[in-house]
Amino acid sequence: MSGVGRIVRAGGRRRVQSVVMALTTCLAVSASVLAAGLLVASQAPFDKGFAKQQGAHLAAAFDAGLTTSYAVAATAGAAGATASAGPFRAVSLRPTTAEGANTGGGNRPPAGITLPPAALVGRADAGGSVDRLDLTDGRWVAATGEIVWAAGKGPFEVGDRLTFKDAPGSPTLTVVGLARSVSGTAEAWTTPEQLAALAGQAGGYQMLYRFADVSTEAQLTAHRTAVAGAVPADAMTGAISYLTVKHTAERTAATFVPFVVAFGVLGLCMSVLIIGVVVSGSVGAATRRIGILKAVGFTPAQVTRAYVGQALIPAVVGTVLGVVLGNVAAVPVLQDESEAFDTARMTIAPWVSVVVPIVALVAVAVTAFFPALRAGRLRTVAALAVGRTPVAGRGRTARRVLGRLPLPRPVSLGLANPFTSPSRSATIVAAVALGALGVTFGVGLATSLANIQEGLNRRSAGDVVAHTRMGPPPGQQPPSAPPDPAAALAKLTAAVQAQPGTKRSFTTSEVELSVSGLAGAASVMTFDGDASWGSYEIISGKWFDAPDQIVVPTAFLRSTGLHVGDTATLSDGGHSVKVRIVGESLDLSEDGRVVVTDKATLAAFGPGLQLEGAEVHIELNDGVSAKSYVDELNKVLEPLGGGADVNVGEISSTVVAMDTLAATLTVMLVVVAGMGVLNTLVLDTRERVHDLGVFKALGMSPRQTVAMVLTSVAGTGLLAGAIGVPVGILLHHAVLPAMGRAAGTGIPPGYIEVYGPLMVVPLVLGGLAIAGVGALLPAGWAARIRTATALRTE
Amino acid sequence: MTAPLIQISDVSKRYDDGPPALDSLTLRIDTGEAVAVLGASGSGKSTLLNLIAGLDRPTAGSVTVDGVRVDGLGEAASAKYRRARIGMVFQFFNLVDDLTVHDNVLLPAQLAGVPRSEATARADELLERLGVRRHAKAFPGRLSGGERQRVAVARALMNRPSLLLADEPTGALDTASGREVRDLLTALHREGQTLVLVTHDVTLAQECATRTLELVDGRLSRDVRHGLAEKASTVGGAR
Ligand SMILES: Nc1ncnc2c1ncn2[C@@H]1O[C@H](COP(=O)(O)OP(=O)(O)O)[C@@H](O)[C@H]1O
Ligand SMILES: [Mg+2]
Repeated sequence: MSGVGRIVRAGGRRRVQSVVMALTTCLAVSASVLAAGLLVASQAPFDKGFAKQQGAHLAAAFDAGLTTSYAVAATAGAAGATASAGPFRAVSLRPTTAEGANTGGGNRPPAGITLPPAALVGRADAGGSVDRLDLTDGRWVAATGEIVWAAGKGPFEVGDRLTFKDAPGSPTLTVVGLARSVSGTAEAWTTPEQLAALAGQAGGYQMLYRFADVSTEAQLTAHRTAVAGAVPADAMTGAISYLTVKHTAERTAATFVPFVVAFGVLGLCMSVLIIGVVVSGSVGAATRRIGILKAVGFTPAQVTRAYVGQALIPAVVGTVLGVVLGNVAAVPVLQDESEAFDTARMTIAPWVSVVVPIVALVAVAVTAFFPALRAGRLRTVAALAVGRTPVAGRGRTARRVLGRLPLPRPVSLGLANPFTSPSRSATIVAAVALGALGVTFGVGLATSLANIQEGLNRRSAGDVVAHTRMGPPPGQQPPSAPPDPAAALAKLTAAVQAQPGTKRSFTTSEVELSVSGLAGAASVMTFDGDASWGSYEIISGKWFDAPDQIVVPTAFLRSTGLHVGDTATLSDGGHSVKVRIVGESLDLSEDGRVVVTDKATLAAFGPGLQLEGAEVHIELNDGVSAKSYVDELNKVLEPLGGGADVNVGEISSTVVAMDTLAATLTVMLVVVAGMGVLNTLVLDTRERVHDLGVFKALGMSPRQTVAMVLTSVAGTGLLAGAIGVPVGILLHHAVLPAMGRAAGTGIPPGYIEVYGPLMVVPLVLGGLAIAGVGALLPAGWAARIRTATALRTE
Repeated sequence: MTAPLIQISDVSKRYDDGPPALDSLTLRIDTGEAVAVLGASGSGKSTLLNLIAGLDRPTAGSVTVDGVRVDGLGEAASAKYRRARIGMVFQFFNLVDDLTVHDNVLLPAQLAGVPRSEATARADELLERLGVRRHAKAFPGRLSGGERQRVAVARALMNRPSLLLADEPTGALDTASGREVRDLLTALHREGQTLVLVTHDVTLAQECATRTLELVDGRLSRDVRHGLAEKASTVGGAR
């Protein structure tokens, strides 16, 4: 390069060009680093986090009434574990947000809300040889009265206070930290002393194991059997294999892959486009300079090298900045994502930060090489002639036709501009179309995700949910005779119906039954009363409207091989009933082992069938405050051994992470698209600067100049929107079902068809907006340039 | 005594760090005059025209045209000022290559928001008068130099400017075309058009101008009025 390069680069005119090139490369590289990094990061987050935390291959629960902590401790040796932790005391309790705490807004629950039962474990420290918890916020419990919540498992923050009304003395604990267990061993941890106080007579033990051979489910089953065999019969109440946890965690990760790939491909197309446009643009703009260089004796090779070099210098600067930016942008996204994955904090793999820049620079060099070669081979005379005679002649018809329209002259001049340099206009269209595509896809994705979130929340219908309490009322001894759940529920339902403000209600209960074709039990959710207003979101088929009809999630159909319209058999030991599958529901819980049906379906099982977890879903009359309704209802329900809570919709952290990621990538695409417009228009305006001078000498005001430059991208912007938006819709329609497949669910068609005219029109106009914003800077420059200076250039 | 059309008072113009392009120039031009500005290349002639047209601003001093303080105008106001009061003709025509002759001539009126029918009528009239009507639909590239310059003059006259500025209007033309343009400008002046023309063309200055200025290194070295009283005066350097 040396001397030639200096001459090529010389001149302040190239400065804007270099800045734009550096910035576009920077944005393209950072988007690619982010996309590639996320793709890599989503591949093995579970294994990584699991290895780092020495996760539990098996987490077993024991009944404290049937065995002792000594016996539980001995199971590790008996089963041949390579490492173990515990036994820890464990108990399942419902937390209630304490009055006066949790002032916070957002999605945080207000005070006085009771949440579903949480698995609490008493652990002296977060480390140990198995399940080394990562504290994501605050600190570990140090004294009684403190609790650490599992990050992402509840709507809590450090400083929140929670009351456990079911525990002796209704103690209130303060959240002092948030911790993450990759093995998902508990929802909250507290000191062993505090746990003993919370559990009282209830609860059990938890024991965590690591084994040497754990690659198959069969090996884990053998270990599970060995552990169960080391304690008295039935003392082990459950044992979760890490393969189950891994499966669930990776399913979430896999759900990210389709749309991250989509954005990655978009980013890649955009990078190639922008780099190509910038380099050939800068070579094209300097063709005359090349002629001069050759006239004074430079060889073609020297010229080619100089131009590739000229493109590479800002590209290197942009690439370095892009790598830094991509890594920085990844921090919050990956943090959200790792929460969604329920794994340890992730970073972008180092090799991504090496490979992406190399690929980008090679792409710049290759893209630059061809125009540079053209420059090198250019006949000196031809090169000198370029720029002397502006490329005229094209687009004259368009100019004449548009000039006839009753539009202000600056507007019709601007509108005709794209026809003068069609290839340049094509690059603007391509860049803006990619941007519009990204926005369309991103907006659609967010809308669909919000719909899906809402659909999932429909699994718990009603403004208020009332339930029969599991244990005895606080401060009372367990009743001598076992309570009659059916009678308790009848009283509860009657109380709800009598309560002013109740519009309508139905009751759900749960029972474990086996289903033909499904290994193991499924939870059958029975609906009592008219539940048509509180039905699950239906993907295909319909909600049940008669006994002997069932609705099941997609995953159920997939694992049984059944379809809507097929029949299945529900049975417990003695009875069985034939049912017909009438609908496919949107439900991601319990791996799809869920059957929803009318209570009458189970009439054949007789009164002996134990329905559990009864919940009354209540819709309130318009204008009734859920909070005061719950307060009033609870006065009636407490003596009956029940309670009611406001039904707070969940916001899944996965959805939040996806939204964040999609928003980040969309914004990047749009910015790069705007930069593409900016760069092209800077070139364009520079070439037309003399005409600009003439217009201004004839009295074109700054405002008219801005109008002319802005309208010069109006047509291209609209065209780009008209191309980008439909393609974005197609992409969305392809990616969402892929995400659903990865998540193991179908997606209701209505959640995919989110693009109404109210959305499409603004999106198409969005192309106009991207082009307009990209044109603002060149327009301002054109308006400010001194007329005398503009007229002197040639 | 009537107010001057152009009053230039103690004007200096300096570009970057070079010597001043204009140096403490004071000058008054009245309505109806035809002033020829002579001077060697680089003596500041174009700079003077640019300052009068509001295309650039003086480093010091004031420029007043038709009662308007041109040196103080913002970009938008100076554009309006040019539309309403100034017509400009350049050495290299400065026609817009992608617009037809007719559209080029229409431009100043369209920028000023003149109704279309009115503007078209005026453009047709001017093209007719300047003898280029038959080229109305053609693009400037097809015209000869003299024809192009006549189109440029038509464009400059479109908004009936009180002042016509011409920067070497015959500088790029052969002898015959130069004569056409010279005759045209002379005729315009006879009709009462105030003219300031920068030129190397001594014949143009003699035939058309009622007054000749000469610039040397940005200073007025000669100011001669022809006609009535052939008065010569040498305005010395700056005060
Ligand atoms: N935009 C400009 N930037 C820098 N120098 C300029 C500019 N315009 C004119 N000059 C300088 O000012 C001096 C006078 O220029 P000009 O008015 O164009 O002279 P003339 O028209 O008499 O040939 C010259 O030295 C010229 O180089
Ligand atoms: Mg000059």
